[in-house]
Amino acid sequence: MKKLILFILLVSITLPKVYAQDDLMKMLDNETRNDKKKRDYATATFKTSRLINGHSIENVAAGVLDFKISHRFGMVNKGSYELFGLDQATMRMGLDYGLSNRLMIGVGRSTFQKQYDAFGKFKILRQATGGRSPSPISISAVSTVMLKTLKWEDPKRKNYYTSRLSYSHQLIIARKFSEGLSLQLMPSFVHANLAREVTEPNDFFALGAGGRIKLSKRLSFNVEYYHVLPISLVEGESYRITGTKNSLAVGFDIETGGHVFQLHFTNSTGMTEKTFITETTGDFFKGDIHFGFNISRVFTIKKKKK
Amino acid sequence: MKKVFFGFLFCMLVSFADAQTIYMTKTGKVSFSSQAKSPEKVEADNNEVSSVFNSQSGEMVFAILVKSFHFASALMEEHFNENYAESNKYPKSTFKGKINNLSAVNFSKDGAYPVNIEGDLTFHGVTKKVISTGSLTIKAGKINAFSKFQLKLKDFKVSIPSLVADKISEEIDIVVECNYELKK
Repeated sequence: MKKLILFILLVSITLPKVYAQDDLMKMLDNETRNDKKKRDYATATFKTSRLINGHSIENVAAGVLDFKISHRFGMVNKGSYELFGLDQATMRMGLDYGLSNRLMIGVGRSTFQKQYDAFGKFKILRQATGGRSPSPISISAVSTVMLKTLKWEDPKRKNYYTSRLSYSHQLIIARKFSEGLSLQLMPSFVHANLAREVTEPNDFFALGAGGRIKLSKRLSFNVEYYHVLPISLVEGESYRITGTKNSLAVGFDIETGGHVFQLHFTNSTGMTEKTFITETTGDFFKGDIHFGFNISRVFTIKKKKK
Repeated sequence: MKKVFFGFLFCMLVSFADAQTIYMTKTGKVSFSSQAKSPEKVEADNNEVSSVFNSQSGEMVFAILVKSFHFASALMEEHFNENYAESNKYPKSTFKGKINNLSAVNFSKDGAYPVNIEGDLTFHGVTKKVISTGSLTIKAGKINAFSKFQLKLKDFKVSIPSLVADKISEEIDIVVECNYELKK
């Protein structure tokens, strides 16, 4: 009897395992468990590199060229004589290019103020799970320089080339909360070399907030708002240009393969940081609203190695 | 006591022999392409496929991280993950199958052997029976497995909007290639 027990015991210890498919799967899971801890970046927090007027957390990928055409029509409260603003339009054409997956650059030309702009945008931190340093948020930095080329208002006085320049610096802090919801904050600083009046500031501080709710796989609803903060660096100067309002925009992103169409309503006329953050004159709630759209078409210039 | 000892030895041997039949890879390749007549070809590779193969029973399983499919175009890859494969919702694709004509393969002799494979493929949360042909090539104790087959997107509830219907065909070509080594 003892022998028998011993035998059964030994057999049960050394009995060849019968590998059914499920056991094979378990074996595979065990083997690949470590691989699962690989860093996994949050992707597609927004559909394109612009939220509405300003930048979103997204970059174009390395080697990708993004051609952007943006329009803002006149104000819808101008009535049927102006076909609710459609008779007027300002436009910005721009080219964005991804130098790497973290760094992109872009240039643009707006009809508004005959303005040229150029920017650089760098991903400092990327939202990720797993790996050695998971992060709940993404952070990017964008710096833009804008050059106004309208004829001098007063050609008789001494005008400096540098008076045409203004700059903006933004941090973008974003989180993709779920497939459907992404939010971002945009602390911003704008500097204009020339102010219109002595009492008007050269330096502006603003906090932007925005987000999107996905309505379907290819359609999302976006909101973007910039609040100019009451911070003045020089005594006696106001913190904002007299008569300006905070920029508000609501719109939809529609994605169709290589294109993204953004349709929106905003009280801002300009499409560069200096113009929409500090020079928005329309009152959104009095109907000073521009209908507008951005069209983005991407071209893969440099194929990445597979 | 002798009997017990031999019994024990026998079992040891069997279990040892059994261990010799498990083959594995973590760098298997799965690629797919769409035959649609579009200038931009939709194709992607995944070189991080893990698979285990039991040469005694003919059973084989695959586990594939959907996010590891890489496209030449970054935007295509984003759309694949976001809109079609929904890889956040369904991160893993698996295949559990079996070689039906295992007796035709002689694992101790080098050579190429045609095989028939049958099993359940799970992708996009849908499990479907797949039957395919392929080959096993035995060389110096290593096994190369190759198979090519077609899947219908419809079967896996992947819907193509009419707007891009001319860019993606309903049938997708799948190519699988694994170089198995004995599992240690």
